[in-house]
Amino acid sequence: MANLKEMAKQDERLTGGHRACAGCGIPIIVRQVMHSIKQPVVVGCATGCLEVVTTIYPYTAWNVPFLHCAFENAAATVSGAESAYRALKKKGKVTEDIKFVAFGGDGGTYDIGFQSLSGAMERGHDMLYICYNNEAYMNTGVQRSGATPLGSNTTTAPAGKVKQGKEQFTKDLTACMVAHNIPYVAQAAVGNWMDLTKKIEKAMTIKGPKYIGVLQPCQLGWGYPMEDTVKIGQVAIETCFWPLYEVENGVYRLTYKPKEKKPVAEWLKLQGRFRHLFKPGNEKILESIQAHVDKNWNELLGKCKEG
Amino acid sequence: MTIAAKTGNEAMAEAMRQINPDVVAAYPITPATEIAMIFAQFVADGLVDTEFVAVESEHSAMSATVGAAASGVRAMTATSSQGLALMYEILPIASGLRLPIVMPEVNRALSAPINIHCDHSDTMAARDFGWIHIFSENAQEAYDNTLQAIKIAEDIRVRLPAMVTTDGFIISHCMEKIEMLDDEQAKAYIGDFKAEYSVLDIKDPITVGALDLQDYYFEHKYAVAEAMRAVNDVILEVGKDFGKKFGRQYGLFEAYRLDDADIAIVALGSTAGTAKAVVDDLREKNIKAGLLKLRVFRPFPHVEIASTLSKLKTVAVMDRSDSFSSAGGPLFTEIRSALFDIAVKPKLINYIYGLGGRDISKEEISGIYDELGNIAKTGAIKGLFNYLGVRGR
Amino acid sequence: MAKLMGWKELKKGDVLEAGTARNFETGDWRSKRPIWHPEICIQCLFCWIHCPDSSVTVDKATSKMTGFDYKHCKGCGICAQVCPVKPNKAITMEAEKK
Repeated sequence: MANLKEMAKQDERLTGGHRACAGCGIPIIVRQVMHSIKQPVVVGCATGCLEVVTTIYPYTAWNVPFLHCAFENAAATVSGAESAYRALKKKGKVTEDIKFVAFGGDGGTYDIGFQSLSGAMERGHDMLYICYNNEAYMNTGVQRSGATPLGSNTTTAPAGKVKQGKEQFTKDLTACMVAHNIPYVAQAAVGNWMDLTKKIEKAMTIKGPKYIGVLQPCQLGWGYPMEDTVKIGQVAIETCFWPLYEVENGVYRLTYKPKEKKPVAEWLKLQGRFRHLFKPGNEKILESIQAHVDKNWNELLGKCKEG
Repeated sequence: MTIAAKTGNEAMAEAMRQINPDVVAAYPITPATEIAMIFAQFVADGLVDTEFVAVESEHSAMSATVGAAASGVRAMTATSSQGLALMYEILPIASGLRLPIVMPEVNRALSAPINIHCDHSDTMAARDFGWIHIFSENAQEAYDNTLQAIKIAEDIRVRLPAMVTTDGFIISHCMEKIEMLDDEQAKAYIGDFKAEYSVLDIKDPITVGALDLQDYYFEHKYAVAEAMRAVNDVILEVGKDFGKKFGRQYGLFEAYRLDDADIAIVALGSTAGTAKAVVDDLREKNIKAGLLKLRVFRPFPHVEIASTLSKLKTVAVMDRSDSFSSAGGPLFTEIRSALFDIAVKPKLINYIYGLGGRDISKEEISGIYDELGNIAKTGAIKGLFNYLGVRGR
Repeated sequence: MAKLMGWKELKKGDVLEAGTARNFETGDWRSKRPIWHPEICIQCLFCWIHCPDSSVTVDKATSKMTGFDYKHCKGCGICAQVCPVKPNKAITMEAEKK
């Protein structure tokens, strides 16, 4: 059971001294994940913010084994490490219970990393893949990804005189992962540490491929004051923009239900990347975003057998 | 020792079986597919202890192989052409991370147009990635080279990945008589794998694959270059040792009837076999022809090649790929560069041939020797950059 | 800044020993610093579990928060923001004095 006082007894697996922006949500996720895992863990990571800021030679913020190969292959690379581990275990050359966790941004997961993630999940490797989803290619300067919400201002789908930001709703990668029939899939967010922690603890008891998509507010890319990272995550949850749920062996379960579902505009208005949506003439876009959130939320409630 | 009838692919799969790597991550592609298929059957029949990962692409094949090798185990894969091309991103990562991955590579043309037959464009395009390149003339060499590549790549002075090539279909699918080591002999020869580092070391954790800014990249890559410079000595040691143990000695190249030759061809792979037959025919007619069959293309043994070729009158370099420089093929360019500083050097011409599996005949090779003879006599070079057998030229 | 190493001093491959970022001080990024008010702190550890820079120090023996690592704290203010103590927070942000 998630207990901060117990978790605090473990040494920091991610040190200070990394170059993430002040207020970055990624190391918040990493620390919460690492403190929820008791066993030794090997971390694989895709090219992106996390990898770049934590491993600028000769400085590494990782106190656990860490492997970076390329951008689109965190899942494939970790599947190779996990295969090596199984080979050595079979031969009695390694006896410890070692956990394998792959981190990738939405870029390295939804888009360029989709194939290697799909392959690793389909092959049944015993590993947890965590997508830190900041809804754009942040490390290269906020370009749109398949996880960028409709209407968001990004540098490759900008808001301008004739276009109002991204014109497509996001791809539902969590649903894609459920369709791989893997034992555990979940959505979590910066903003509910207890929910994420419980999910990590549960994942560590499950053998096989596991995927958790974690919404990660980005102060630079989303445009909000740096101290609000956790608050922005909380509002995303309360507006049902990013529902928290898990799917264990195909069975859906809602892990957090807001007491009062807030209008999504309350979340959008906190962020600079949606500022243009509040200009006169863009009302239809706001309506379509709300309709989309409502449709997805109601479908999810149905799947979770919630009223 | 066992005598067996094996195709090039079967021979390489047998070598892999005897190596018994901890992990193989592979994806099918013609004409290399059989290596993975035969090996998968070995796995299914319990003949190896390997964890076989049937990945979903060659990019993932090399990525998973890198992940496994970085986890301190012996890891291999095999591919060809478009598959190697899909791996290109990861190849310099493998050498930059100093992982001694050995990969059978069946030479096949690069698209477009798509072509499944032999030429050397796939591995030639990968010559800048810090991998060792060893070319095999036939199935025997394919088998012997795969075993030796393990010793070369894993040598503490090297620790670089190595690709062992055969010619697609010509060697990969043709049955030849080969001598194989007994399983116990091979096991003793290959020995245990000693990792230099492992991400499975949880007592002393490491970070592998950090970002280098302008202040460190050059030093890391220099270390790769220095390791490359050490490779040829190691190849010679391993080749001599192989000869002592198993009766077949290997070097950086084979100098076939070159000692007293006036004219010679330089070639890679199976074409060298055909050329040897032509050399023998010419020698019957008292023509002093010879052949330099290059075995190691990377690192490039420029000193040894220059000294071997310097006393010849005329040399033709046969390239089974065109790097589209408009100034000759890749092998020609390297040899020309090797000879540049030599005071006494042969006249050198280039033939690009055999692209997309276009057959090369004894007659055509004989024609090259005729031309070399003419140049030796008259001193005049008619064509410096030549294409052999292109219709309409 | 650490002295630049020559090529022979580097580990083989792009390999680093763990946790060397501890030696890189990011504390000079701050324009504001968190100030702890221990007398009203309820030791909930919310600040600790939300700090992106592992800069909330905790005594492992007692699981009690003991302050901040100002060598690495970037002054983002998340700790102050998540502190649940009312009406006055146990962490407040003050201007970094130069």
